[in-house]
Amino acid sequence: MPKDHGIGASDKRREDVRFLTGAGHYTDDIKHYGATTAVFCRSTVAHGVIKSIDTSEAEGMPGVLAIFTGADFADVGGNPAGWLINSRDGTPMKEPKRPVLAHGKVRHVGDAYAAVIAETELQARNAAEAIVAEIEELPAIVDMAAALAGDAFVHDEIETNQCFDWGWIEDNRAATDAAIKAAPHVTTLELVNNRLVPNAMEPRCSIGNYDAGNDSYVLQTTSQNPHLTRLLISAFVMGIPENKLTVIAPDVGGGFGSKIYHYGEEALVLAAARKIGRPVKWTADRTEAFLTDAHGRDHVTKIELACEKDGTFIAFRTETMANVGAYLSNFSTATPTFLHGTLMAGNYTVPNVYVNVKAVFTNTAPVDAYRGAGRPEATYSIERVIDKAARELGIDPIEIRRKNFVKPDQYPFVSAAGLEYDSGNYDALMDTLEKHIDRKGFEARRKESEAKGMLRGLGLNAYIEACGIAPSNLVGVLGSRVGLYDAATVRVNATGNLSVMVGAHSHGQGHETVFPQIVGEMLGIDPQSIDIVHGDTSKIPFGMGTYGSRSLAVCGSAMVRATEKIIAKAKKIAAHMLEASADDVDFKDGQFTVKGTDKSVSFGEVALKAYIPHNFPLEDIEPGLEETAFYDPANFTYPSGAYACEVEVDPDTGKVRVDRFVAVDDFGNIMNPMIVTGQVHGGLGQGIGQALLEGARYDDDGQLLSASYMDYTMPRADDLPFYTVDHANGTPCTHNPLGVKGCGEAGAIGSPPTIVNAVVDALQSAGKNVTHIDMPLTPLRVWDAMQNA
Amino acid sequence: MASVTMKVNGKSVSKDVEGRTLLVDFLRNDLRLTGTHVGCDTSQCGACVVHVNGQAVKACAIFAIEVDGAEVATIEGQANADGSLNVIQQAFQDHHGLQCGFCTPGMVMSAAALLKENPKPSEAEVRSYLEGNICRCTGYHNIVKAIMAASGQDVAAIAAE
Amino acid sequence: MYAFEIERPNTIADAVKALQSDGAQALGGGQTLIPTLKARLAAPEVLVSLTGIGEMQGVCLSDDGALCVGAGTTHATVASEAAAHFPGLAELASHIGDPAVRNRGTLGGSLANNDPAACYPAAVLGTGATIITNTRQIAADDYFQGMFTTALEEGEVITEVRFPIPQKSHYMKFVQPASRFALVGVFVAQYADGVRVAVTGASEEGVFRWHDAEKALAADFSDKALDSLSVPADNMIGDLHGSPAYRAHLVKVMTGRAVKAA
Repeated sequence: MPKDHGIGASDKRREDVRFLTGAGHYTDDIKHYGATTAVFCRSTVAHGVIKSIDTSEAEGMPGVLAIFTGADFADVGGNPAGWLINSRDGTPMKEPKRPVLAHGKVRHVGDAYAAVIAETELQARNAAEAIVAEIEELPAIVDMAAALAGDAFVHDEIETNQCFDWGWIEDNRAATDAAIKAAPHVTTLELVNNRLVPNAMEPRCSIGNYDAGNDSYVLQTTSQNPHLTRLLISAFVMGIPENKLTVIAPDVGGGFGSKIYHYGEEALVLAAARKIGRPVKWTADRTEAFLTDAHGRDHVTKIELACEKDGTFIAFRTETMANVGAYLSNFSTATPTFLHGTLMAGNYTVPNVYVNVKAVFTNTAPVDAYRGAGRPEATYSIERVIDKAARELGIDPIEIRRKNFVKPDQYPFVSAAGLEYDSGNYDALMDTLEKHIDRKGFEARRKESEAKGMLRGLGLNAYIEACGIAPSNLVGVLGSRVGLYDAATVRVNATGNLSVMVGAHSHGQGHETVFPQIVGEMLGIDPQSIDIVHGDTSKIPFGMGTYGSRSLAVCGSAMVRATEKIIAKAKKIAAHMLEASADDVDFKDGQFTVKGTDKSVSFGEVALKAYIPHNFPLEDIEPGLEETAFYDPANFTYPSGAYACEVEVDPDTGKVRVDRFVAVDDFGNIMNPMIVTGQVHGGLGQGIGQALLEGARYDDDGQLLSASYMDYTMPRADDLPFYTVDHANGTPCTHNPLGVKGCGEAGAIGSPPTIVNAVVDALQSAGKNVTHIDMPLTPLRVWDAMQNA
Repeated sequence: MASVTMKVNGKSVSKDVEGRTLLVDFLRNDLRLTGTHVGCDTSQCGACVVHVNGQAVKACAIFAIEVDGAEVATIEGQANADGSLNVIQQAFQDHHGLQCGFCTPGMVMSAAALLKENPKPSEAEVRSYLEGNICRCTGYHNIVKAIMAASGQDVAAIAAE
Repeated sequence: MYAFEIERPNTIADAVKALQSDGAQALGGGQTLIPTLKARLAAPEVLVSLTGIGEMQGVCLSDDGALCVGAGTTHATVASEAAAHFPGLAELASHIGDPAVRNRGTLGGSLANNDPAACYPAAVLGTGATIITNTRQIAADDYFQGMFTTALEEGEVITEVRFPIPQKSHYMKFVQPASRFALVGVFVAQYADGVRVAVTGASEEGVFRWHDAEKALAADFSDKALDSLSVPADNMIGDLHGSPAYRAHLVKVMTGRAVKAA
């Protein structure tokens, strides 16, 4: 029986009520007295030298309060990359400065080179239009191979377009090469992991406020991690002391990675607020979002799988070019390396893995982590090449995977790509998947489809990912410039209710509901008496925010630890109240009892005593009941899964319809099944979107062809099916207190290869020799593939 | 500037607006009804759907002046008289039909328009009707399920949870 | 958007008058024009809203059996009110844009804009409809003059469209996946004296008639009649979503499907 409350129950989300009644507070909903509007002048060319910027006419226009250009920020710091990657030869990556406003050169369409602050949006736009920038256009550097081969550079000062040339694990390179050379069978696949635009439905928005009386700033912004934004602004970009800067991320309308990063617009509104002494607000329109939000993926990869004739894997070797765009976004260097290369052994006992990644600067928007961040790229490469190998070797796609799976008795298992998987049971996942998919009935369904003139395909997949980012000691050795712990403060108020301040930020994940379920169960109190406080650096001890499926595994663990401290202290207080030794006090269901007696006090009574400490052992216990814990994970968590789908392809048009999709996942212990299922649904929507619909495309001049919903295909309700999702039988994570693994990205990681495998299967069934189609599998691409097969 | 008068969620309001003032800006800035959202520039995302004289429209693609004399319903006026969630809102909560909440007001308003036209829509009809409402969080499964549930259909058989 | 004023005339005469002022532009349902204004791609001084003009609203049958649709009639109204008389047109209208767009977008606005991927031009050309303006009547074959280009004069307002009702008809749209406009849309209409086939979405020249298919279908109104035909890819639109060859191929596929469904 599912539980009806507490850990493991599908509690309805309390935050829904405000969202369903229009009472949420997103950043753009906030209106300050005296607010002004910022509008940015953005480059319409991909690459050019800024010869001059004439703001004289704009300055005199009605309502104009201030105008900024890159020169105003020439002396402040740049927005840094958070992870240092060293190339194979030991040299550090190239890190050209990322300024608040472009200075000297513009480097992608949408690169902001000036900003206007005016009384109204209309006045700001009119003035922005009156600014005359003379920009000498240079040839755009768009294609990665050409960028590496050419002698024109996005950043002239580094004299190359290669950010780094990384090998993982470099010491395994020779052995992997030798193994592939000697292997009886090698399957090779060249593929593109298509560039995506995250498209949180809420466009970015930032409001800067400056208080001259205290020389302090408040930034309200659409952020997944306000503390990191504060840290970047303070330590690198503007030098505002952290104690003089509050960053608030109120309700945030989705992030998917794009709102992890600090953007120049945030620094601009702070600088402008100080200059004019009034609040300054900037709200992106959707076109700006397309042009300037960090994009995702964009890998060009060649992968080889060496195996025995019986399908036993011998080696994976991968060469990837990863586009980082025009500037290094904060996690852009970690995403194609440690979040990608380390997963290139997949769920398999393959002994040899080697990955080479060249990161390339181009005249395109910055590319960074987007839902899945590196792991979708790894999974796609591995699972597509396995599917191709299975076909070449005539081995069933499930059998070839099972043959190579890490087995349950092998944990902890150190993969050939260097990660230590703590738990899992991939065969059990596949067993569950097979129960759901009625594989025996597939041929009959295929015949039914054929009778309608349609081609039916079955796609299968297994994935593993690493999330719950991340153990600071490990990532520090690997180049991370930040720690990736998280923090929580549990504040028990005198009247027995709780405020729990957490470093994670909820922008759809349901923390406000799930976190109280956990603390409530631990304390034996009604979760409704617990409120989560998040998204405000002035209220929360610290936090590294929400991304990388880390909130529950890392911040939730901090919250558990802080709650344990609360229980420990409360026990002491209870012992005093009950005139017993703390060792003799038990705590269960919200009651403190003394062993062997009927004496008890409730948690609420202890809370009151903590704050009204009459007759209180002040020499032993401080008054108050509030505890903070920082938690640094011992390892990543390793969710895994087995996915399947069936598609129908219309051979006359190339259109693909997803008929059914089954996702079986191992997320360890489940805190709220309803929310976990919702997370998988969302990931599947984005993963199927990547596979079939979405693609950011630049032309040779660096113009973004898909810069609105007129050309970038967002998945809609009628593009997607009902999904079957099963995460009932996970293997608990061994190293965090709740035994949980991250669930936020799995759907987006496991689904793209499942879909592509299914479409290839469908086309093969019609005798078409199609072994691969690059995503997105639009009707045009599928039809083209069929014509050429 | 021109004066407009309209009834918003049953309450009469009169204001002077510029010609260029969109209904969505009028609601958000002049009336401080910020539940109606703006998610795109091309009137495709549907975060701004409201009802004008009972019909779903995109408040980002109609000028406030064009609504002069009309009745407007927004998400803020959808709850029951006692403040409790209405049937559609409740179904969205019961079936986890929202995550970040940004598209939700438009979804609820579109769902209300659909159920008025078609009280027992099929899955395909729901999906088709939502063509102009984009959600990035839910993969739509639970939105479709919630709307079918709100229509009184048994959704227990639809896989999930 | 730039700043502008909006006028809301109640009669065609007043609208025509308002449109004579400098920088005046007609505003139909606004579902295309408003996004265009937001992108600052148009800078009118006055927008003359046509949606308040009663005499431009509604669907009725004329004495000679044509379906008359007021130019200010929304797609949603056409979808419901034309259904009994001209289901092919109603079906087309019921799939333009999305429900909220259909509640605002109008027939006249669509035709005046003449987007090469819009649906209505296929029905107007595919039926040989007559476009009635404040000054004259224009035959569909004369009206469409290429992408975003029509026979309308400056300040001329479409007031009504008269559609000869076919014996059988159907519109088959293959949507551009992002915009959901027609990547290729084909309207097929069978009349006692022949068949008309009009194609939208596909050509650089805008909506066009596929005469070879019309002849073949006049002889044999079945999809098999198209077997020996092909559509040249010259002048077909090539973009992210479809190459010229793909669009040319889809014209034939969609025509066949429209015939089958008619």
